[in-house]
Amino acid sequence: MFTEFYYYLKNFGVPVSFNEWQDLMEALDQGMAGSSLTGFYYLCRALLVKTEAHYDRFDLAFASYFQDIEAVEGLPEKIWEWLNREVPPLEVTEAMRRNHQQLDIEEMKRMLAERLAEQTEQHHGGNRWVGTGGTSPFGHSGYHPGGIRIGGDTRSLSAVKVAGMRRFQEFRTDETLGVRQFQLALRKLRQFTTRLDGAREELDLEGTIDQTCQNAGRLELKWARPRVNSMKVMLLMDAGGSMWPYTRLCNQLFTAVHKSSHFKDLKVFYFHNCIYDWLYNDPSCSQRDYTDTEYILRTCDSNYRVIIVGDASMGYAELMRPGGIIDWDLDNDRAGIEWLRRLRQHFEYSVWLNPIPARYWDRMEGAFTIGAIRTVFPMEELTVEGLERSIRKLKSRSRAGEESKLVY
Amino acid sequence: MATKMAQYKGSAQYIVSDELRNSVNIAIALGKPLLIKGEPGTGKTMLAQSIAEALDKQLIIWNIKSTTKAQEGLYVYDTVQRLYDSQFQDHDVSNIKQYIKHGKLGEAFRSHDQVVLLIDEIDKADLEFPNDLLWELDQMSYYIPETKETITARTRPIVIITSNAEKELPDAFLRRCIFHYIAFPEPDEMERIIRVHHPNLDKRLLEQAMETFYMLRNLNNIQKKPSTSELIDWLQALVVGGISPSKIKQDMPFLGVLLKKNEDLDLLLNGLQAKTQNRSKPRSSMWGR
Repeated sequence: MFTEFYYYLKNFGVPVSFNEWQDLMEALDQGMAGSSLTGFYYLCRALLVKTEAHYDRFDLAFASYFQDIEAVEGLPEKIWEWLNREVPPLEVTEAMRRNHQQLDIEEMKRMLAERLAEQTEQHHGGNRWVGTGGTSPFGHSGYHPGGIRIGGDTRSLSAVKVAGMRRFQEFRTDETLGVRQFQLALRKLRQFTTRLDGAREELDLEGTIDQTCQNAGRLELKWARPRVNSMKVMLLMDAGGSMWPYTRLCNQLFTAVHKSSHFKDLKVFYFHNCIYDWLYNDPSCSQRDYTDTEYILRTCDSNYRVIIVGDASMGYAELMRPGGIIDWDLDNDRAGIEWLRRLRQHFEYSVWLNPIPARYWDRMEGAFTIGAIRTVFPMEELTVEGLERSIRKLKSRSRAGEESKLVY
Repeated sequence: MATKMAQYKGSAQYIVSDELRNSVNIAIALGKPLLIKGEPGTGKTMLAQSIAEALDKQLIIWNIKSTTKAQEGLYVYDTVQRLYDSQFQDHDVSNIKQYIKHGKLGEAFRSHDQVVLLIDEIDKADLEFPNDLLWELDQMSYYIPETKETITARTRPIVIITSNAEKELPDAFLRRCIFHYIAFPEPDEMERIIRVHHPNLDKRLLEQAMETFYMLRNLNNIQKKPSTSELIDWLQALVVGGISPSKIKQDMPFLGVLLKKNEDLDLLLNGLQAKTQNRSKPRSSMWGR
């Protein structure tokens, strides 16, 4: 029963396990869904979804799957997929805006319903039909949670409507969140190594009491090794002008890193767009106060976890050519990319955090340099989820640029 | 078993949404722990009390702290007491059973009737804490090696677990739970909740206060959003202070009850200032009032 739905959920990124699925079947046997779709929706959600961060994915999957009951097979899934892709409001073009002004919501609803109805008739041509015909007006309406409309038109499917409202969108962890969340993510960056070596110099009080009592009063002292975090972190932040829109976000990360007192050592340096022969000691990038990159490479051992924060978008020459540096009174003998490669070679545990959302990486002005840097450093977007992923990468050696290949 | 299951319907002191009630009943019917998450002040802890009250069952609360260990919930072998006793020789020390002190979980398992067990703020404890309880919560039994005893629950307790999401809980643990996220109440729901706490509130006062409250919550960049319990406190303060409803929106008295962070207060004041400066005309009338 509903086995397909199980795979649907998996496809939408809801981690469902077989045990939970069996629980659901048991609950259904007990008649706990109350033989209504709404009941079934809540039952499924309570049993299968274990964090509010996945509520939104679940809603999408549910709406998508049960939409099929009334519509042509396969079609709504494509529409949903398509509506999702259009979520960023930035992509509204002039033409789309004009269209949007012409049609009010009611009219669009009606049109979409009509279009859906028409597609019921022409089974196979439907795909192309919505793809082209639907583009401008519905592209924008996809930005409003599109499901209300699609689900709302059908009279009885209230659960689909609930799911379609996507009330839990804001809980998605790929959204940017506050300092505290960053801090929590950073807490995972720890390594208690001294369990393995070093002197046993801390009195293990509980162990001592326990052992003494076991001996019926004959004192026996127990010693343990102190647990210290051996994680050393280096933060390199882009302080260039193109980072301005992300100041708040970067500040949050910066505050979080600083508040995380559990690192053995924390070094912070700044750079302007790209890293060359020197790194600045303060965010104003004053040319009097800097440290040689060479010196850092020599003195900091490769155990440092290096987090680079920057938009990675710059001019071609800035990254690829000697002398391409953006500051007009400075010069560099080696191309920026070479310095980045050297850094990466030395610091095997390193990631690049980009405040630009990952979905724009291929389409921005800086797409080329982003792509080039991604061949050197593993790149993640600067969100809580991205930070968590990068921390996983920082804990073990990760291959550079495994996500993208660049042809020179 | 499924036919005569206790059904939770909410209680007089606690307003429960349909979704939450559903989740509670699912958890009771399947005999699985119910994990409740939500913003602070959405009544996670109150839920367990309400269930206990509504179903007329005993409530056992296990408050988790950062130092709490899973073992403490099951039992503690009081070796120190045994040592003392052995020195004064007025007890029979060979009977280890008397030195086994059962914890909250043990208490719940050993109870004759079904109880409601609240494991409050599980995320406060160490990362490994939930993993240490996997078997016990699944099987509702544990083994005491010192006395070679197995404690098994006579009736599976209704287990409510709350979390403030300070730590991610392990997947294996989550798989064994029913999960529910308490969303922040919508205005009409909020009104019902407030009516429970302040039944005789002036309608105008409530209206104005709610409007201000949701305005504050919807402000961007606010770090700690005011929650239900803060609204209730604020209303209390407004009533005691005898503030007239017409002044709430303008003056926002006792703002400190709602906003607990200096940054948030500054943000709000700056925002208001900018607004009044933009409207240059009413500015003079504001002072002339």
